[in-house]
Amino acid sequence: MSQNMRPPTLKITPEEYKDLSTKLTPKPTVLKNCIWAFFVGGLICAIGQVIINLFVAGGLNQTQASTAATALLIFLGALLTGLGVYDEIGKYAGAGSIVPVTGFANSIVSPALEFKREGYVMGVGARLFTVAGPVLVYGIATSIVVGIIYYFLH
Amino acid sequence: MFVFRMIIPAFLVGGVICVIGQLLMDLTKPSFTPAHVLVTFVTGGAILGALGWYKPLIEIGGAGASVPLSGFGYSLAKGAMDAVSREGLMGALSGGVAATAVGIAAAVLFGYLVSIAFNPKG
Repeated sequence: MSQNMRPPTLKITPEEYKDLSTKLTPKPTVLKNCIWAFFVGGLICAIGQVIINLFVAGGLNQTQASTAATALLIFLGALLTGLGVYDEIGKYAGAGSIVPVTGFANSIVSPALEFKREGYVMGVGARLFTVAGPVLVYGIATSIVVGIIYYFLH
Repeated sequence: MFVFRMIIPAFLVGGVICVIGQLLMDLTKPSFTPAHVLVTFVTGGAILGALGWYKPLIEIGGAGASVPLSGFGYSLAKGAMDAVSREGLMGALSGGVAATAVGIAAAVLFGYLVSIAFNPKG
């Protein structure tokens, strides 16, 4: 077989080839990703601020308003995931749609929907916590350690 | 207009926090998944909250600091410390979950309802 192969068109050494291929490989789109993350993440937080302000105008105090806004954003994130909209945003927004609490809601609904066919207990019920589980484990565990250290320092 | 107060700081602070998450994803191995990003943010927020470094961010950025998952971590740590001040050592166990109960319950309820009501796309 090998004698039938055409002669190489590029007369370069493997080292030169490696150099050339690194040069021609598209630059990682880190900057573009960061710009998307900044605008989408910023926008979700700005919407959150509008909701907080509306709740404050409605008579809630700052903490209540912030808590209620978080619940509403979780609802919106879950609903948009069910409608298939949130994952479309996520294709561009990356961390901009993952890091806000709406992304937390998305991480709860996505696996639960995907594994719905495995039933309502081990499918939906268990998969709701695919990502939320680790988040709660590390978050709550850290808060307990913080509380204990705080107790002994004060 | 009152409704538009704090919007720009929230946008900027929230945007910067999300860029940190994007850099975590882009500059680490592919095995560092969105789940790892969320765990990093909740733990990081709790630690920064304990050190007293996250509160200024909330004061400057409002929802820009409270809506990202690091804000959830901050609420957990703040809840634990506040409860320790009120009720002693048991507060370390109860405070974090109590302070974030609405968010956790909302996530379970809405997550469950949406998963029941909708079917996967594609």
